[in-house]
Amino acid sequence: MSVENNTNSFGGGFASPPIDAAHGFRAAMNAMARPGTIQAITGAVPPAGISAAAGTLLLTLCDPETGVYLAPDADSVALREWLAFHTGAPIVSADAADFALGSWAALMPLDQYRIGTAEYPDRSTTLIVEMADFGTANASLSGPGIKDVATLALPDAAACLAACQGNAMLYPLGVDFFFTSGSELAALPRSTKISAKD
Amino acid sequence: MDDYNFAYLDEQTKRMIRRAILKGLAVPGYQVPFASREMPMPYGWGTGGVQVSAATLTPKDTLKVIDQGADDTTNAVSIRKFFERTAGVATTEETTKASIIQTRHRIPEADLTEDQILVYQVPIPEPLRFLEPRETETRKMHSLEEYGLMHVKLYEDISQHGDIATSYAYPVKVEDRYVMDPSPIPKFDNPKLEMAAIQLFGAGREQRIYAVPPYTKVVSLDFEDYPFEASKADHPCDLCGSEHSYLDEVILDDAGNRMFVCSDTDYCRSRRAEGHVGRLGDSEGEAA
Repeated sequence: MSVENNTNSFGGGFASPPIDAAHGFRAAMNAMARPGTIQAITGAVPPAGISAAAGTLLLTLCDPETGVYLAPDADSVALREWLAFHTGAPIVSADAADFALGSWAALMPLDQYRIGTAEYPDRSTTLIVEMADFGTANASLSGPGIKDVATLALPDAAACLAACQGNAMLYPLGVDFFFTSGSELAALPRSTKISAKD
Repeated sequence: MDDYNFAYLDEQTKRMIRRAILKGLAVPGYQVPFASREMPMPYGWGTGGVQVSAATLTPKDTLKVIDQGADDTTNAVSIRKFFERTAGVATTEETTKASIIQTRHRIPEADLTEDQILVYQVPIPEPLRFLEPRETETRKMHSLEEYGLMHVKLYEDISQHGDIATSYAYPVKVEDRYVMDPSPIPKFDNPKLEMAAIQLFGAGREQRIYAVPPYTKVVSLDFEDYPFEASKADHPCDLCGSEHSYLDEVILDDAGNRMFVCSDTDYCRSRRAEGHVGRLGDSEGEAA
């Protein structure tokens, strides 16, 4: 089985959709419930340039009911075909997206995404941020899901930190983040308070 | 395993529920609407909890189901068998061996760990519902953080009964923001809502999912001069002698005799296995 270079948009899906999606969701839920922890997630083999973690997350959570926005650096014909075949999710603009995929720089600005309404704060975008690696932690996290203090490596440190702090200020509104790299992911819900790590 | 999709629900339904769970975890205590499905059991039997469990289970999980703390009641046995058949997962009655615990109206006595998930069956998710019947109004009250009515209700308890008489489904405030109904657990269990495990709440008929991540701040509403008190029957368990567990009262005859037993059957059983004996129990764990 070709794992590295999957150029066929019909390939790279879940071998067993109910089981792979169940494991994918468990990793996503553990990440969202425990901000800063890094969870292993595999199952899908998305087109080149997209991490296995992001691909698995998309196949686990997206279907014809969810609009997906592809930031310029993630957008490709191969990915659109792959998503269309495996999920049927429509590709939409940033302001209509349920999920958005790309690198941090390409996904910005943050204020183009839906943050929910006062009565329905759940109607907000979930950003899937692709990262090169989870290198050195540069942010301290506290809040729900965190016993004392957790740490996380945010991409593009200063600007990202400020944007995430601004997002947390909107609570209970705001967007939620998954950070993906290779076959690992972490999450940063809007409920987490963020500061620069000493 | 029969010819069911893993854990009964179709994949699109599970994705919809999973998305709701993730948003619920991101906004602790907020009730996320979801398109609850008709399940092969009546409303009131845990259709919300069953759907949340179905969307959360993996084949590696070990499931425990309790009803009012007991593993051996009809509701618990039915749901356990349902998932044995439709998901093929292992089941257990031991709290410590379970990775997912679906519960109706109790939190287990044993402390849960970071590797466990507690799924609550919720009849009425809206804590303000009996004070304000209109959903449009309660939505607005949550959005404006307008919870004065709930304090008035607790105050009226005090003015009528001398103390806060609400003994179950005792309202809590989650992370200083949303007032939440912890489902009809006894208020004895409220302090345990701050735990290491992930807590998910599913209301099938009312079509709501909400969640409390581990270590989230959960405060039972009260007044400075009438502080919250986690009360229980003032007896030890008559079978295992525990002074610290929540008790059920059992009428023994029509001459006024009664006994108190742990509502958590696994906790009581494991204590008796360790040799603890209550007033009416013997070391074998049988009532004398």
